[in-house]
Amino acid sequence: MKRRSFLKTAAALPAFAAAGRLFAAPTAGPRFLLVFLRGGYDCANVLVPYASDFYYESRPNIAIARPDANVKDGALALDANWALAPALRGPIERLYLAKQAAFVPFAGTDDLSRSHFETQDSIERGEPADKRNYGSGFMARLAATLGARAAPIAFTDALPLTFRGAGDVPNISLRAVGKPAFDERQDAILASMYQDHHLHAAVADGLELRQQVAHEFEDAAQQAASRGAINARGFAVEATRIARLMRDEYRLGFVDVGGWDTHVNEGGARGQLAGNLDNLSRGLDAFASALGPEWNNTVVVVLSEFGRTFRENGNRGTDHGHGSVYWVLGGGIAGGRIAGQQVRVQASTLVQNRDYPVLNDYRAVLGGLFARLWGLDRDRIGQVFPRSAPADLRLV
Amino acid sequence: MSVLSMFLPTFRSAFLSAALILAAGIGHAGDGRLGRDDARWLERVTYGLDTATVARLREIGRKRFLEEQLAPLDETLPKSVQAQIDALDISKIPATKLVADEVEAQQRIRAMPDGEAKQQARKAREELGNEYAYQAMRRHLLRAVYSPAQLKEQMDWFWLNHFSVFARKAGVRWLAADYEERAIRPHALGNFRDLVMATLTHPAMLQYLDNAQNAVGHVNENYARELMELHTLGVDAGYTQTDVQELARVLTGVGIARPDAPARPAWRHEFVSDGLFAFYPARHDFGPKTLLGEKIRGHGFAEVEEAVDLLVSQPACARFVSRKIAEYFVADTPPPALVEAMARTFQSTHGNIAAVLRTMFESHEFEASLGGKFKDPMHYVVSSVRLAYDGKPIANERPLVNWLRGQGEMLFGHQSPDGYPLTETAWASSGQLSRRFEIARAIGSGTAGLFVPENGGPPGSGFPNLSNHLFFEAIQPYLSKATIVALDAAKSPQEWNAFLLASPEFNYR
Repeated sequence: MKRRSFLKTAAALPAFAAAGRLFAAPTAGPRFLLVFLRGGYDCANVLVPYASDFYYESRPNIAIARPDANVKDGALALDANWALAPALRGPIERLYLAKQAAFVPFAGTDDLSRSHFETQDSIERGEPADKRNYGSGFMARLAATLGARAAPIAFTDALPLTFRGAGDVPNISLRAVGKPAFDERQDAILASMYQDHHLHAAVADGLELRQQVAHEFEDAAQQAASRGAINARGFAVEATRIARLMRDEYRLGFVDVGGWDTHVNEGGARGQLAGNLDNLSRGLDAFASALGPEWNNTVVVVLSEFGRTFRENGNRGTDHGHGSVYWVLGGGIAGGRIAGQQVRVQASTLVQNRDYPVLNDYRAVLGGLFARLWGLDRDRIGQVFPRSAPADLRLV
Repeated sequence: MSVLSMFLPTFRSAFLSAALILAAGIGHAGDGRLGRDDARWLERVTYGLDTATVARLREIGRKRFLEEQLAPLDETLPKSVQAQIDALDISKIPATKLVADEVEAQQRIRAMPDGEAKQQARKAREELGNEYAYQAMRRHLLRAVYSPAQLKEQMDWFWLNHFSVFARKAGVRWLAADYEERAIRPHALGNFRDLVMATLTHPAMLQYLDNAQNAVGHVNENYARELMELHTLGVDAGYTQTDVQELARVLTGVGIARPDAPARPAWRHEFVSDGLFAFYPARHDFGPKTLLGEKIRGHGFAEVEEAVDLLVSQPACARFVSRKIAEYFVADTPPPALVEAMARTFQSTHGNIAAVLRTMFESHEFEASLGGKFKDPMHYVVSSVRLAYDGKPIANERPLVNWLRGQGEMLFGHQSPDGYPLTETAWASSGQLSRRFEIARAIGSGTAGLFVPENGGPPGSGFPNLSNHLFFEAIQPYLSKATIVALDAAKSPQEWNAFLLASPEFNYR
């Protein structure tokens, strides 16, 4: 096992032994991974409102066909109103049937700017709309609230806004795992320069994490090298790595997946969006498998900054909209259902006659989930999502 | 390339002998030698040490050096660096032309039938706009590394960040270069009120914070709010939502000139325009307003001047701006007494930025803080290149841009209007530190590609020699024992370079 050999090496290096924060990970307690789909994914072609004639009128070119055993590429019925995109046949369908997946439609923010950046930022901050503290994210506040139970990490190049403001949260992208710039001797020397410095733990952690990841994924890195870089579609590879780190060390994770801004040629049962969904679902499946039995102790939420226009545009795509569909996954969740407030899908219920409304505020939904997951009371949830009343969807 | 000299086999013995020479005497700058803490002082007043800057300080001493920096007469760049800047499109094409071309191109694209070709055309325009924003970054970085007016370059960055715009919002990418050149740089060491007016009337800001859409009956408060909260008074200055609304009314009609929409004759006498900026009286709310308790009579663009006068003369503005400057140059939490002293200068000089800086640099609080400010990525990257290549022009700025992107501090890349944070906690996460050390390694080993021209040409090779006279004179005396031991453990000069650039002493200024 790679980890053991790494620990042995690390023990030989005094600087690492002195830091030791990475290995003080909690031994039990739930895990939470937030998967942010950047770009605003088209939820109406993922959780298909197949009972709505209006859906089929609105999307003459890109609608997904009604569930029908005789139709190839038809949607997969989940209940009398909703069906799953055929691109999610297999892993996600299986999880849903096993009650390990749920969907929350009409979810999102009260931000109507329809700007990717503004809405992503406001979700990552998780503050009330009138509060403008740009430097504090809700995952950071959750980590602070959970204290020793948190063990947070961002699987991204830069520390995302949602993890800012909580002191040292490690961040490292696992998209491509290359050789570290320094060997362990050099790491020890680098860390030694900071031995009496207040950044010592951060320096040692950063170098250690880099080595740890390289050791952990030595085989994968070699395979990748022989195939060239892991391409953007390889979320399964990345997700497997994330699972391996979260299984052993970390309890609170963040990762983002791009490419959802489908203004042109979005496709229906096949095409651009379907390809992205396939990539995403293989990744989530790989994540669940790699966790093994610990999947039962893990919750994943997949969300995006907004939904898209309910009607298709002139380019067989969709434009920036409002309400979205959030996914909740996990081995131990009360899934297999469509959760939260709902409304009939028709022209009169759209916001500004163009988008899904938001009936399930993301702060309330996530707050309710966190409350159950970690047994947090209203005050604690209020630290994470100030002035938000948690909505208990009984998903965990 | 001379600075890329090969490894000196004797570098360790040279290290020892130079250390002995240095121990022989510390003088006072001005008499040809560096005084105590002079090098660290220089690391604050400039982006970082190089031979020329140290020589200048040695020659004229701190006081004259500071005056030269506060009112720079010499901004001459190395010839080849100036040639690189002159060759950029943004140096050759005025913003009015860039915008006119873009308007025309968008009209052409709108007339195209929907489909692949239209999408391609749109994408090509967007990429061209991004290229212009990228050129603005390249120009900014070249000046930061090579200009002798180092304090002005730092203040140029500081104000660009204070009056932050985001290149990827709407048409800002076409205007970013002009925004820096005409709204920020001329006032970087000048008068704060002029700076506010220059940003207020620049189309980049008007577009970024939506004031171009602010009109009577369709009020958009976005810019008015940030003008008070982020640009002048600060969030806790005691103004109210009503003040925001009233300031937004004052700002109605302040927008972007449209050559295709000339002012109506009836309004012509009230119309104000300058380049891409225009004040449209027909869109202005001419009713009376009350801002911060003061009555403002409705009389067109002069209201804007009055409102800005009112904002910048508030004691809260003097304190807010002084505090932020001190946060950038002195400490994450600057001493309140220093901020008060700077604010008094700000008020007595009516916002003279150079005077406020002089008060700060000459204070004992500043002196006491030397070496304690963590370098943000911009300072880190620029100071590394200055030290490593010591005035030698690089041929490719892309690695610098990529490092700043990787560290999350790209110029014109901050989405929200608050600008990048100036404190250590924003830049010293474990992931950021390990990546920073990778930058140290790339520069130290000469593998960064800084001498490989982007459009082909002969690549440079070799690595810098940081174990040089500058090091022994200005860096080595301040190193901790731990760092000296670490440097001594280096097995190659490349490794030695990387360790030095990764050391705590080099990561603080």
